[in-house]
Amino acid sequence: MAEQKPEFWRWHEYTWRDEGKNWKDYEMITAGVDIGSVSSKAAVMVDGELYSYSLYRTGSSSPDSAHKAMQGCLEGTGMTIDDIKFIVGTGYGRVNVPFAHKTVTEIACHARGANSMNAGVRTILDMGGQDCKAILCDERGKVQQFLMNDKCAAGTGRGMEVVSDLLSVPIGDIGPLSLGVNREPPPVSSTCVVFAKTEAVGLLREGFDVAEVLAAYCAAMAHRVVTLIQRVGVQKEFAITGGISKNSGVVKRIEKELGVEAVEIAPDAQLAGAIGAANFAKDLLAKQMARAGG
Amino acid sequence: MVAAGIDVGAETVKVVLLNGEKVVGSSIVRGGLDRSKSADEAMDEALKSAGLSRGDVERTVATGIGRKEVEFATAVATEIAADARGVTVLFPSVRTIIDVGAEEARGIKTDGTGQVTDFAKNEKCAAGVGSFVGSMARALEIQLEDMGPLSLESDKEIPMNVTCVVFAESEVVSLIHAKVPKPDIARAIHGAIATRTTSMVRRVGIEKEVVFIGGVAKNPGVVESLKRHLGVDFLIPEEPQMVGAIGAAMIAATAN
Amino acid sequence: MLANYGYSDGSGTYYITLDTDKCNGCGDCVTACPQQMFLVEPDDYDDDKVVIKEAMRKDVKYLCAPCKPTAGPRELPCEATCAPGAIVHSW
Ligand code: SF4
Ligand code: SF4
Repeated sequence: MAEQKPEFWRWHEYTWRDEGKNWKDYEMITAGVDIGSVSSKAAVMVDGELYSYSLYRTGSSSPDSAHKAMQGCLEGTGMTIDDIKFIVGTGYGRVNVPFAHKTVTEIACHARGANSMNAGVRTILDMGGQDCKAILCDERGKVQQFLMNDKCAAGTGRGMEVVSDLLSVPIGDIGPLSLGVNREPPPVSSTCVVFAKTEAVGLLREGFDVAEVLAAYCAAMAHRVVTLIQRVGVQKEFAITGGISKNSGVVKRIEKELGVEAVEIAPDAQLAGAIGAANFAKDLLAKQMARAGG
Repeated sequence: MVAAGIDVGAETVKVVLLNGEKVVGSSIVRGGLDRSKSADEAMDEALKSAGLSRGDVERTVATGIGRKEVEFATAVATEIAADARGVTVLFPSVRTIIDVGAEEARGIKTDGTGQVTDFAKNEKCAAGVGSFVGSMARALEIQLEDMGPLSLESDKEIPMNVTCVVFAESEVVSLIHAKVPKPDIARAIHGAIATRTTSMVRRVGIEKEVVFIGGVAKNPGVVESLKRHLGVDFLIPEEPQMVGAIGAAMIAATAN
Repeated sequence: MLANYGYSDGSGTYYITLDTDKCNGCGDCVTACPQQMFLVEPDDYDDDKVVIKEAMRKDVKYLCAPCKPTAGPRELPCEATCAPGAIVHSW
């Protein structure tokens, strides 16, 4: 347990740029930088359209991670940070994006971004490595209600990792394995990951196999997340973001319990915060220009 | 007449045998996954220590999380009732009971006759109960018994974010990597349990005398920390983890 | 916006809901709360609104415990002082 483990959710660092656009043709160049506990993302927008984005692992210093993500968006474009008229920073906890003009909460950015990538989205469930958020937004992506749980490991990627360690099943295999069972044991009844572990060992002794125990845990996790999201209520469209959105064993069970299917967010749900921040930057820049002009 | 009290806790099973008001036998065994089997073992061990057999026991009252799994019990009592009764026998002047066990912590107010007037609980989150210390001892790679004495070597308050055992495990690992001395980490862990326990007890109100029972009361690190946070002194019985079983045995002895 | 600050763990669910549409930014709760949990500050849309201090959000069950004695009346200072009724506890 002592060694630092890589994020298991099989994502790669990458950058993307819209080759068809020349940024010099646009007036409002804005950017959003989202420093999460695991990944750092940046997005550049030109007149409200996506121009480039990048996604890297977060290092030990958030200013360095912010620089790296920003540079990823600029590389090969000839654009420098000074060409960007407004930058909004966001992320987990007290983030430090030294070159940002303003900081906006991650909840607001996340909602705005998910909604701008898929205009129908009203409910966002974000299941990250260390927290879980449920957000309800209006048709413009403005937050109507939110709830966050970052106190307890149950219902987060970290909780899933504990189970993956305990049963020696790679995280990426948990979903498919848990969906392949013929009988579902009763869901693990303890919410607490510590006590759930004891329960899981008990289930193994009772003769349930590893896949069945995984099913019991995925069902418990789905149920926990569902009770959280029901506090804010679910409106369509419903989107799931964050690492656990890649675990079909949990996602399918959430959809079943809620009776609602989750929609896709393109190009990549992980970018919601950064793209939302870039959108905020665009509005703030417009305000600034209006003030300067009038 | 011999009466028995059995306390089936999350980690251990305790048995006390009474003849009248006199303790004639007792046992404490580690509980396994099969609670009814552990209960049998603990009972047999206590009987052996007293030189008695099952037939000599007239009534058995079971308490603790696993109280419903004791097949030979004649009645059950809640942990709260058993605690209050046991404490009243040992210390009639006590009005406030703090009980921190492996999976549950309780603050109980009693009227001095063994009746419960009020209580509050921390349960089902490992961060507020005794098993927290066990998990942290593993993360620190030291024996559980050594945690308390080790923490007493520290006089530093280090900031530690201990809201969840799972997150705290990773935090302990990074503190060790950052070369923070283990005694300081141990102290922070005990401080976290003590703050949670204190706010729980404040909900029922602290009225003198106060007693601290349950397995965690044997950890001098928690005791010190709790004294600091609570701001009042408290009694600790010689065998703080046996109080529930004593109470259950008393209930058995006086039932008709 | 309904902002739910707090948490849910194995022991239960503890949220303080702050209705920023009702909050008028008066700051009465800031002085009323014995634990000084509230802060009025500009939100993402630049209005002065109430929030719960970040460092306290994962501890509300314990911080609020003295206001919630198991016996006797429990009129919470924060809920009672907020004239527009923007503060509601879930537990
Ligand atoms: S319930 Fe368990 S997993 Fe959740 S906060 Fe408590 S210790 Fe952590
Ligand atoms: S219940 Fe008391 S401590 Fe909690 S927020 Fe309200 S006034 Fe503050």
